[in-house]
Amino acid sequence: MRIELERRPDVSRLFSILSPVIALALTIFFGGIMFMMLGKDPILALYSFFIEPLMEVWSLHELAIKAAPLILIAVGLSVCYRSNNWNIGAEGQFIMGAIAGSILPVVFYDWQSPLVLPLMMILGMLGGALFAAIPAFLKAHMNTNEILTSLMLVYVAQLFLDWLVRGPWRNPGGMNFPETRTFDPIAVLPEMVASGRAHWGFGFAIIAAVLIWFMMRYTLKGFEITVLGQSARAGRFAGFSSRKMIWFSMLLSGALAGLAGIAEVSGAIQQLRPVISPGYGFTAIIVAFLGRLNPLGIVVAGLVLALTYLGGEAVQVSMQISDKPIRVFQGLLLFFVLSCDTLIHYKIRMMWYDLSETAGKGAR
Amino acid sequence: MSAEGQPANGPLLAVGQLTKLFGTFAACNGINLDIRPGEIHALLGENGAGKSTLVKMLFGVLAPTSGEIVWQGQPVRITSPSAARKLGIGMVFQHFSLFEALTVAENIALSMDPGVSLSRIAKEASDLSRAYGLPLDPDAHVADLSVGERQRIEIVRALLQNPKLIILDEPTSVLTPQEADRLFETLNKLKAEGRSVLYISHRLEEVQRICDRATVLRHGKVTGACDPRQETPASLARMMVGSDVAHVTAEGTNAKGAVKLEARNLSAAARTPFAVSLKDICLKVHAGEVLAIAGVAGNGQGELFDALSGEYPADLDDAIRISDKPVGTRGINARRLMGAGFVPEERHGHAAVSALSLSDNLVLARHKSDRRAFLGGGFLGLIRQDAVKMAAKRISEAMDVRKSGENPPAGSLSGGNLQKFIVGRELDRQPTVLVVNQPTWGVDAGAASRIRQALVDLAKSGSAVLVISQDLDEIFEVATEIAVISDGRLSDIYPASDLTREKIGMLMGGMHGKAETAEMAHAH
Ligand SMILES: Nc1ncnc2c1ncn2[C@@H]1O[C@H](COP(=O)(O)OP(=O)(O)OP(=O)(O)O)[C@@H](O)[C@H]1O
Ligand SMILES: [Mg+2]
Repeated sequence: MRIELERRPDVSRLFSILSPVIALALTIFFGGIMFMMLGKDPILALYSFFIEPLMEVWSLHELAIKAAPLILIAVGLSVCYRSNNWNIGAEGQFIMGAIAGSILPVVFYDWQSPLVLPLMMILGMLGGALFAAIPAFLKAHMNTNEILTSLMLVYVAQLFLDWLVRGPWRNPGGMNFPETRTFDPIAVLPEMVASGRAHWGFGFAIIAAVLIWFMMRYTLKGFEITVLGQSARAGRFAGFSSRKMIWFSMLLSGALAGLAGIAEVSGAIQQLRPVISPGYGFTAIIVAFLGRLNPLGIVVAGLVLALTYLGGEAVQVSMQISDKPIRVFQGLLLFFVLSCDTLIHYKIRMMWYDLSETAGKGAR
Repeated sequence: MSAEGQPANGPLLAVGQLTKLFGTFAACNGINLDIRPGEIHALLGENGAGKSTLVKMLFGVLAPTSGEIVWQGQPVRITSPSAARKLGIGMVFQHFSLFEALTVAENIALSMDPGVSLSRIAKEASDLSRAYGLPLDPDAHVADLSVGERQRIEIVRALLQNPKLIILDEPTSVLTPQEADRLFETLNKLKAEGRSVLYISHRLEEVQRICDRATVLRHGKVTGACDPRQETPASLARMMVGSDVAHVTAEGTNAKGAVKLEARNLSAAARTPFAVSLKDICLKVHAGEVLAIAGVAGNGQGELFDALSGEYPADLDDAIRISDKPVGTRGINARRLMGAGFVPEERHGHAAVSALSLSDNLVLARHKSDRRAFLGGGFLGLIRQDAVKMAAKRISEAMDVRKSGENPPAGSLSGGNLQKFIVGRELDRQPTVLVVNQPTWGVDAGAASRIRQALVDLAKSGSAVLVISQDLDEIFEVATEIAVISDGRLSDIYPASDLTREKIGMLMGGMHGKAETAEMAHAH
């Protein structure tokens, strides 16, 4: 037997708009079943997973904190994916951005200046961009597959961070814990509003989303990205260079991931630890697709995925469930988003391989 | 195989009142048609008449809005290409559906029953292709093949399914006369085997030559049926277009001006193992001239276009000159800024992006040359949608592009209408140099004559025009000068009036030794 996808003659407009909503509904439905199988009341669990975090001011702030890196990274990834460059290594670029940005508060910790914070952000972007430059170079000049190189570099970044905080950057007054000294207040990203913890990272995310949306929608650069993503040959005819686009999209998404990394460290953690991300760089891939690679859609999708993190923590506390449901939810969501999108454009057809094919042929 | 319960003289396929709406636009409107066993049936009509839409419904690619399809006396619903194949319908599309990264055999395997081994498919395909005179190397990568060779894959792929009806959507528009002759032999062989052929073409001579019956479509409706052998090409054209088709001639274009486009010993290595290298190409096009380059497909036409357009710049700056300035190493936009315009052969994915709207496809080719009109906002490079849309509208009107909406995606236009837009996109700029590769493939007689006339008029207005074409009729209509390309080498350039078909045929065979040139020179 073989399963084939066959393009539908006509694609329903209504369903292609509804697709993310259907995917979300299916995720919640199957999530409920999962809770039931864990022996918990599904309604209650879904309530504390999806609704409770939205009821209090402090947890809305937490939502913004978690959404910020997701949105920042995903917006950059959307440019990559639209131009047909498959950067899967945002997690590594996030970490490298965090490390580069932390040079000032960790190594030059006694430099007190209002310049520290802006410089940290710039260094963070540079760190992420330079790390993304590796797969970009390899693809543009060596013809390597960027999916593999960017993904493998994630592990390099993670281990590098681990080594730093256990070795050269370990806090001398920290009782041998694997972490750096805590940042001086001058190196801490301030809160956006007085009512809670949410820091400027969320502001950066919104600004980046709006800027990239504007670029994609109104400018020639956005047009270039779209054209090269659709057809490299037509792009060449237009005088656009695929090679330059590899550099542009990878550096841009690397810089945004790096900014997300340093904003997260400076705003929320205030020191480097062996693990500084619960997989933001990977979750952002889901965010990018759930948001239909549209920066404004990504803002919404980032908030939804941030909610799965928060909800996961909430059920962990209130219902004694492990943190694994977060991963399951995210996985379900990506699965349903992709399959809804696919099934709107294609229908599934089973082809039964007829063993008596030669015998049957004449009778057909 | 043949002992099936169909009435002896009943039609193989009959469609009744078949209608297809796109939104409110009726691409096919109440079509009635029947195809008898063992006939070659022509489907004629101008660009956008609904021919491709009709056959896509027969092949299950599009779902009819209403109407019925009767196959061997049984009403059927054809919901997918594989359902169509199972009934015994094979199809060769106007725009191919091949995966460039795969080999010929792999592409064929994709449409076959699962479980047949690749080596068996490769063997059957090459046997079949030899039997029908369509040579194919099953291990070649599609990316390296010419359009004509790609089409053979499609034909062989359809034939491997052993179909009772085979639908060909404009098969010869991309073939050389020799290749077309071979195809006709194949078709006659199929007919002798009792199979039917539904044949779409804009070339009326060949319809007369091989088709038993013809149905004419116009604006989505059947407007006539005839025996093409009783008609003349002119009367067929009149039936399709509704009026007489103007005859194009390049006469009176003889005011030679300065050299506008020149290649000096242009050489280029082959980019892929299957591509052709360019060898020492020299040519000059003066203002007021139309230089037509004839040649059999796959002899370096695409490569020459790439080098002249600057999509793949040459190694030496002096190898190509536009308006007497060296541009060999410069890119396509630099050349456009010097007044050059380019129309590549492949419409989808080269000259245009199918998923983008017509106005976006206008930006594609002219964002640099018309920067001032189309872009605003300084370094931001904001696209002025209203200006672009106006220009797209102007072009559509000037070229009479028929489309189903104000600014539809390029992919929804019929092949010929998209070609009119792509040519119009360049003509609209009044380029001083225009390089066109296969200007009218898939364009109906009326529109082809309009495009050719436009090329001639452009030259008359003082531009230099270079046309690469396989169509000798076209070449004799538009050319003031003719050269022939063969295996990446260009012959000398002759005034069009000095050449005959036979002479060109000889040059195509690569017989342009210098001795002969000397002879020609003596004859003057
Ligand atoms: N997917 C689509 N959406 C909207 N309109 C369409 C679509 N496909 C075709 N059309 C419209 O239907 C009309 C008929 O198109 P079709 O491709 O059948 O023409 P055709 O007779 O094959 O022309 P040609 O000789 O140029 O290939 C055209 O006006 C085209 O714009
Ligand atoms: Mg067509």
